[in-house]
Amino acid sequence: MQKKIMGHRLALALMLLIVSLPTMADEGIDARINETIKPFADAVAGFIFFSFPVAGVQIPFVLVWLIFAATLFTFYFRFINFRAFRHGFELVRGDYNDPLAAGEVTHFQALATALSGTVGLGNIAGVAVAVSLGGPGATFWMILAGLLGMSSKFVECTLGVKYRNEYTDGTVSGGPMYYLSKGLAERSEKLKFLGKVLAVLFAIFCVGGSFGGGNMFQANQSFMQVVSVTGGESSWLADKGWLFGVVVAALVGLVVIGGIQGIARVTSKIVPLMAVIYVSAGLLIIFMNVSEVPAALSAIISGAFSAEGVAGGVVGVLFQGFKRAAFSNEAGIGSAAIAHSAVKTNRPVTEGFVALYEPFIDTVVVCTITALVIIITGTWNPSVDPSQGVALTSAAFESSISWFPWVLTVAVVLFAFSTMISWSYYGLKAWTYLFGESLITDAVYKLLFLFFIVVGSSMQLGSVIDFSDAMIFAMAFPNVLGVYFLLPVVKKELDEYWSDYKAGKLKKFGKAANRA
Amino acid sequence: MSKVLLVGVDCSSCSDRALAYATDRADASKAQLIVVHVIDWSPFSFNTPQENEERHKRREAELERARTEIIEPVVSELRAKSIFARGVIRHGHPAETLCAVAEEFGATNVIIGKTGSSRIRTQLFGSVANTLVQISKIPVTVVP
Repeated sequence: MQKKIMGHRLALALMLLIVSLPTMADEGIDARINETIKPFADAVAGFIFFSFPVAGVQIPFVLVWLIFAATLFTFYFRFINFRAFRHGFELVRGDYNDPLAAGEVTHFQALATALSGTVGLGNIAGVAVAVSLGGPGATFWMILAGLLGMSSKFVECTLGVKYRNEYTDGTVSGGPMYYLSKGLAERSEKLKFLGKVLAVLFAIFCVGGSFGGGNMFQANQSFMQVVSVTGGESSWLADKGWLFGVVVAALVGLVVIGGIQGIARVTSKIVPLMAVIYVSAGLLIIFMNVSEVPAALSAIISGAFSAEGVAGGVVGVLFQGFKRAAFSNEAGIGSAAIAHSAVKTNRPVTEGFVALYEPFIDTVVVCTITALVIIITGTWNPSVDPSQGVALTSAAFESSISWFPWVLTVAVVLFAFSTMISWSYYGLKAWTYLFGESLITDAVYKLLFLFFIVVGSSMQLGSVIDFSDAMIFAMAFPNVLGVYFLLPVVKKELDEYWSDYKAGKLKKFGKAANRA
Repeated sequence: MSKVLLVGVDCSSCSDRALAYATDRADASKAQLIVVHVIDWSPFSFNTPQENEERHKRREAELERARTEIIEPVVSELRAKSIFARGVIRHGHPAETLCAVAEEFGATNVIIGKTGSSRIRTQLFGSVANTLVQISKIPVTVVP
């Protein structure tokens, strides 16, 4: 109770602070925030995206790192991404849910929660950027990266469940911080220290990622879309990014500080609906232009291997596709392992199978639909300004359904909101891992989180995207490195489970038992 | 083997009438009475990460509350009337879970109250009684 009252007080203090921001400077707040943050953001991005030239294109090392890991996992687990696809579906459908455990977190719920953190602006704005810069061919590499990324998620989420913390009060929390520290310590005494270092590094980057891609990028892109439907340059809101930021920060603040879970609960129910509307509209447009589909598909295939007019040729196309896929589905980044860890199961590997669906739905399905709509409607052309992001996707939908930008705006804002809620949770978990759990550490993190919403809405896209990418991708270094050491653990879990599964030793329940 | 009856209870007054009816029936036929409370829950809901983290804790609290506030008072009252009663608490879809529990205990009759909501409400959201009547494999008695 005490905690709750404190929470409300904090929320109030925060609101006052945010509302008083505009009065501190009479004009050009947006420009001022932008000027202050930009050099820092650019420096961070430059460091993380250390790159080397391949065929005339600067390829960031982190991208090679992620794709190499995903490919290795795919081979090491003998194409688990395809092999366990069907069984993953049975698990999500609830065939193996024990009725006596009803009321606990199911595989479906864990997947849905993790998905609402990843399905977001990456699928709408990120794809537009990839297709603009890399041409239709980028779609091909995006799909490939999505398929490979499934194996990365499988490994991460299995480990997330295996090494989660179950506290005496009945709450659970897990994620790379725990599997890096506990898992590596379990492997050998020598690795104990490395595990700790990796866990701390991960937590630091995760906090950064929660301010970057999980926050500023979302705020920025949803603001751009709101401006564009309310009249673009001439919109009353056009130079009032800070105002939009303050409103969004206030709403997020109500949820994360005020503890108004109702808002989060409502959002978590509307977001899947918006996703269905978005996908249906995309499919409808594809269907309306069905005669264009073969041409679009051939543009995707041929563009993937022979890129004319794209900076860096084929390597440039591949880079754009991989980059946006990785940013959208976060495979190898480690964030999803935090969300998946709450599931009720005593076989960690089952959550790994379920997690295969995350990159599949996110990248292979949703991103591909966005890309097809952009290509089919011809909204894509190389001269389009790539910093337009979500505006390009909006224009693509508008060309077939004139009023759709309004629906898209609602979807974009809601996706951004739910992604922020998820990331504020991931970031907070990492933050409390670093600084311990107390009312003050909690409040400091949450205030910073809200502050970055305002910053993100005020900055220009270029520096926001670079900074967001940088912080999110940085998480992949400690995460993937640690995961390499833990592969035998996952292998053992998988082999034991898979032989039980093949031998029919796993109990099915309910309707599934009758079907079988 | 003695006869088994099942009665669904929630905390509203209409389940009091269903309970009274079930008590009479159980008393008359010397049947065992299974008192079931279902906590409405779906495995396919969309939750926030925070909700998932606390889910196990909440579930324990929900079960505890149902046990102390609903099931235990009812069962001890029934036992005082020397009826062989047993309490069951489950999470799930109310009608489906009642059916599953009935099957599990080999009940021959399910007795429940009805909420008496308006026709339009029932049309839109369905009612436990309606659904139960549709899906149950054993006779259902709906007590108004």
